[in-house]
Amino acid sequence: MTINEKQNEIIEEFNQFDDWMDKYSVLIDLGNSLEPIEDNNKVPQNIIEGCQSRVWLVADYKDGIITYRGESDAILVKGIVSLLIQVLSNHTPDEILNTDLYFIEKIGLREHLSPTRSNGLLAMIKQIKLYALAYKSKEAQNN
Amino acid sequence: MRIFYIFAKKQVKIRYMTKENIEKIRLDFPIIEEKIYNKPLIYFDNGATTQKPQCVIDKINFAYNHLNSNIHRGVHYLSQKATEAHEAARQKVADFLGASKREEIVFTRGTTEAINLVAFSFGEAFCKAGDEVIISVMEHHSNIVPWQMLCERKGMKLKVVPMNENGELIIDEYEKLINEKTKIISITHVSNVLGTVNPVSEIIKIAHSHNIPVLIDGAQAVPHIKVNVKELDADFYVFSGHKIYAPTGIGVLYGKESWLNAIPPYQGGGEMIQTVTFEKTTYNELPFKFEAGTPDYVGSTALAQALEYVEEIGMDEIAEYEHEITEYATERLKEIEGIKFFGTAKNKSSVISFLVGNIHPYDLGMLLDKLGIAVRTGHHCAQPLIDTLGIPGTVRASFSFYNTKEEIDRFIDAMKRVVMMLS
Repeated sequence: MTINEKQNEIIEEFNQFDDWMDKYSVLIDLGNSLEPIEDNNKVPQNIIEGCQSRVWLVADYKDGIITYRGESDAILVKGIVSLLIQVLSNHTPDEILNTDLYFIEKIGLREHLSPTRSNGLLAMIKQIKLYALAYKSKEAQNN
Repeated sequence: MRIFYIFAKKQVKIRYMTKENIEKIRLDFPIIEEKIYNKPLIYFDNGATTQKPQCVIDKINFAYNHLNSNIHRGVHYLSQKATEAHEAARQKVADFLGASKREEIVFTRGTTEAINLVAFSFGEAFCKAGDEVIISVMEHHSNIVPWQMLCERKGMKLKVVPMNENGELIIDEYEKLINEKTKIISITHVSNVLGTVNPVSEIIKIAHSHNIPVLIDGAQAVPHIKVNVKELDADFYVFSGHKIYAPTGIGVLYGKESWLNAIPPYQGGGEMIQTVTFEKTTYNELPFKFEAGTPDYVGSTALAQALEYVEEIGMDEIAEYEHEITEYATERLKEIEGIKFFGTAKNKSSVISFLVGNIHPYDLGMLLDKLGIAVRTGHHCAQPLIDTLGIPGTVRASFSFYNTKEEIDRFIDAMKRVVMMLS
């Protein structure tokens, strides 16, 4: 599935709900079922400090594909981390770098990406792209 | 008849903050009518900033419509009017704080700028390498960072007064920190996280017995309790207008005349000078020496209006009512299973900080927001305090006299709902 196909699928799933409470319940469930990252990966260099909550992000690169894992101390943020990973994990650096992330806005959770909420999510998205850029340039050097 | 009235007033206290009058007060604040996500706004973030009554908003308009002109040194009519309004505002602040003279009131942009001013100017005049500054563990970043900057500049040391488990400063420990190297002590009157009302009178007395001046950060105190700087014998006392129903961008530094005369200006520019030549500048007298640039005369005028507004209700009435609703909210919050309060001092202001179980404050705050309830979450610009408590932050509800028990009831219902979602 392409990144955009995955984004559209999430939009469809979330748009079934009229009530914000249902949306947030799904987000909480997603947060609760996100596989935690191992303690040895919860090191300072993997932390993205927000003012309100913190996010951990780990990236692995194998056979041209990046997989991301992440976590947060706040459950709503963790839910969105889970969605971001679902969408962006298992793709090539180019696919990730060329992505326009529109699903968060379309499912009505844009407020979590506002800089004033300062929950680490905006910085996480930036970090996801930075990893993609780093792996891409590393690959170019190897070739 | 008159005698009887005075007698009656003394004997039987007639309460102003009745349900009816609170409803009237609420009508003074247009924003209370706002809907958030189609739900009536419940604003419990008064510790961050307060809403503005119509009379303050009108005053800002009035100032721009009828007396806008740059103040001081203007010979024309409008400049005179604006100058008079600005200086009358200074007198109003002096009276409100119980200062001896209007010259002891310096207008700043807020508490932060006022503390920076003292940290810089006092530091320049009186501090050298090896000297020490005492603050407390419950300070807002505004009362930490300016002193850290001074310490870095001069090679000084910052000492921190600890607190007990109720969130009260340990006075014995405070006394032990004082020595011959201590140059100034800067302590908050009321903690913005814990709500603790510190015994500043005692703190000042102890400092003065060692001939050390004290700055009191009154940002969280002035809107809620009657403050008299003379009775406290504070050397410096600072607060922000926007936390006491006035506009943002105006604040106050009260300083004893002797101290303000003894320290150099903070910023240079217009207004603060006597004469300027390229060789040497002589500075203006108090308080203008500390007010470089065009002052915020619109803000000062609106601040004076806000002070008049709260005085009309009565600071004692405000304190009593806010205490009552804070107690009520605390009692009702105890219905929430797993709730833990931070700050249980005997003497507390209208701030409640809490956590529920392992729920992250961000999650609680975000879901309460969806129900139209504005609370603050996080470290509240007091990171060292939050680290001391060993928590990620708190949820903070802070009340004003326009809040009601009905709003608290809705808040409790909302709390129960979101806690269930998050558990």
